[in-house]
Amino acid sequence: MEMNQTRRIVLRGAGSFGALSALIMAGVLKPTAAFAADWNKAAFEAKDTPAALKGLGAGSTADSKDLVLKVPDIAENGAVVPVDVISNIPNTTSIAILVDKNPTALSAQFSFANGAVPEVSARIKMGQTSLVKAVAKAGDKFYIAQKECKVTVGGCGG
Amino acid sequence: MADPMKIRAQMKGDVAEIRILMSHAMETGQRKDAAGNTVPAHFIQSITIDVGGKRVVDGQTGTAISRNPVFGFKMKGAKAGDKVVVNWVDNKGDKRSDEATVA
Repeated sequence: MEMNQTRRIVLRGAGSFGALSALIMAGVLKPTAAFAADWNKAAFEAKDTPAALKGLGAGSTADSKDLVLKVPDIAENGAVVPVDVISNIPNTTSIAILVDKNPTALSAQFSFANGAVPEVSARIKMGQTSLVKAVAKAGDKFYIAQKECKVTVGGCGG
Repeated sequence: MADPMKIRAQMKGDVAEIRILMSHAMETGQRKDAAGNTVPAHFIQSITIDVGGKRVVDGQTGTAISRNPVFGFKMKGAKAGDKVVVNWVDNKGDKRSDEATVA
């Protein structure tokens, strides 16, 4: 949690180089920490979606049609479920993928910069049929899209 | 030492498509082996992509990413010949860095 707060201060102060270098000089941050944040243990080890969202700093989320989440209706193999997330929300800076009923809800989170399109495709594991959620951050706000994916155990095609 | 990644970066119009295949067991820590012992968690936690010397994607992953992870990203402002550098680090501190060139 302490690391998260530090990170937030860094992000807020990203416009002012002075504040950042002051932090580095004060030994609060290693120079590399300004680029790659430490693994967000609180968010990734959260057992359910609300706790994971809290770990990501997303207190409240608004539904958005501009956030496109593509998952299959039925996944015959829960070990490899293709997920595509495309954010058409202006100024999207990060996208997270969550699975409600997985032992730990948060699958991945990606931050985008320097021309990266806020879009990601990945393959995730799903323990059972569940809602899959995509959460995008734009400015200070968080947006959410969700879709159910049925996981058929045994690969019989359901 | 993990096997090299396969990285493909290709210009499609003005957008560079970057596809990455990583070689990793991605153990969740919940699976049991034949003897009934829990297989310890071993998974990639951090992924970064630099294109042309600039950090483009900074990602964190949990145990719910499939074995031998595949990721796809897109970026604007890249050009053929730009160097793409992908890094990952897992929860045991193993790491891997591989490069490709935008085609």
